[in-house]
Amino acid sequence: MKLEFDIASGDFSKAGRASSRIKKMLKQLQVDPKVIKRIVVAIYEAEVNVVAHSVGGKMLAEIDGTGIRVIVQDNGPGIEDIEKAMQEGYSTASKAVRNMGFGAGMGLPNINRNTDEFTIESELGVGTVLTFRNNF
Amino acid sequence: MMKVVEKYHAITVDKDKCTGCTHCMKSCPTEAIRIRGGVAKINADRCVDCGNCLRACPVDAFYVEQDSLEQLNKYKYRVVLFPSVMIGQFPEIYTEGKIYEALQKLGFTHIFEVEQPIGLLIDAIKQEVQKSPRKPMISSFCPAIVRLIQSRYPSLVDNIVPVKAPHDLAACHAIELLAKQGVKREEIGTFYVSPCSAKMAAVKRPLGEEVSAVDGLIKMSDLYNHIMRVIEKEEKTDTAPLRKNLTLDGILWSLPRGEARHFRRNSMAVDGIHNVVKILERMENDEVPVLDFLELKSCHQGCAGGILLTGNRFLTVERLQKRSKRYPHASSIDVSAVSCLGIKNKMKADPIEPSYVFALDPDRLKALEKMQKVDRILCQLPGIDCGSCGAPNCHALAEDMVQGQAKMTDCIFLQNRYLNEKKINIEKATKNLEKAWGKNRFDADCNRRGGRNEGF
Repeated sequence: MKLEFDIASGDFSKAGRASSRIKKMLKQLQVDPKVIKRIVVAIYEAEVNVVAHSVGGKMLAEIDGTGIRVIVQDNGPGIEDIEKAMQEGYSTASKAVRNMGFGAGMGLPNINRNTDEFTIESELGVGTVLTFRNNF
Repeated sequence: MMKVVEKYHAITVDKDKCTGCTHCMKSCPTEAIRIRGGVAKINADRCVDCGNCLRACPVDAFYVEQDSLEQLNKYKYRVVLFPSVMIGQFPEIYTEGKIYEALQKLGFTHIFEVEQPIGLLIDAIKQEVQKSPRKPMISSFCPAIVRLIQSRYPSLVDNIVPVKAPHDLAACHAIELLAKQGVKREEIGTFYVSPCSAKMAAVKRPLGEEVSAVDGLIKMSDLYNHIMRVIEKEEKTDTAPLRKNLTLDGILWSLPRGEARHFRRNSMAVDGIHNVVKILERMENDEVPVLDFLELKSCHQGCAGGILLTGNRFLTVERLQKRSKRYPHASSIDVSAVSCLGIKNKMKADPIEPSYVFALDPDRLKALEKMQKVDRILCQLPGIDCGSCGAPNCHALAEDMVQGQAKMTDCIFLQNRYLNEKKINIEKATKNLEKAWGKNRFDADCNRRGGRNEGF
């Protein structure tokens, strides 16, 4: 089963839409609550990242009998130093974003921690693609 | 092997009274109600006994079974156990002394407010919260909320404080105190007065306990009527000694922040089941701040808004707050002096198991197939959630369809389309509607109830 969500830049009030929709579906599939929690946290973080740091993008999720695969792609600006971005606590978020309670760093490492497979590709000026998977 | 315990439900539909007005169906937080044959039908697996349907019903078609007061005659010692919130429904002219005297007049030999051993409970809850690595811990006080978490938020069952609620302990407490005076168990009849349908169900069939310590259940609204019938203008005796173990903390317990206040600012209190749903959704996503304790109550203004109470919930809160100020804090009472040790062992509740009543199918591949089918069906449905099919919204209808409990033609929009496309004839269409709404539902009726504002 495939799902697609558009994620607009700067619209923090709508971050969480994809994660709550997917959460409801995984519950109907009777997936282990602990697995659901991990995947929901990862998806929510990814949504907030696109809202806070990019010019916008979309999320594709594919659910089959064995797990869920999520691709999050945005249209820029891209991450300069992926290694740094993967460090706990590192953030390039603006002051305005931090004042809203987001951008404390930890976004990417948190996604990595809560998923079974995780890859990140980024090109400056083009965009970032996260791919992650959780097995049921 | 999982232990299969038959679910008990307090709420039943009176088919003769119900007009199928859909008010209840729309207000149910777990989408447990459908209209079939013109009347509301409750899905027992989904119902959490919150009582929202009773509140919404304009014709009083929902009822809660209770035991009659005549049963009192069977016992030598007749114990009434009521939550303190009961006193709050009476206007100020009816003092607590007069109410206690009225209870004696009705035939009760022993009177207990269930929040009397609250000191023990506060200590037990604090210990469990401190011990638990999970935060926040959720109160186990409101049985509707515990059931809601079991079915809709299974990932949070381990966050529920494994300590019983006052209504679980009250009967044990009373029986132990009487046993100390040499009274035999079979001579005692314990009658619990319930402020709501959820506690009615919880007391009748306690989660994780074989036999309830309560012999009879009485609706608070009924006892209110009985008391008003016999209550006197003047107090004749001093009943204050009967309340010597009552505390400020006990009286406030069932009101908003009554539990949370013991955790000060490391706590949050939410009342109203629809508000609770929103908080639990967020908690599942780790979006709730790190708190020690979360108090969740199904009714607005806590038990003061209980479905079986009489009077205005805000006035009840106000009276109870005033009343509480006349009582000492629980910390100033030596609990061991007023309570027996046996009750301490009963404090701990069994772990609560999740129940996956919202899963589409136990087989994941089949569930996935059904989910895809739901999506395809939704493309066909109008998405206005009119309820004319007998389901609360289009999504619920689509789910009913994949479970084989509804058909495409149950939707009046689709039916109209099929009529235009000449796929069905008008006789068939009428038959379909009659299945959900019953015969004669389409005739004119000037006495029909269920209009706007009637349910509120």
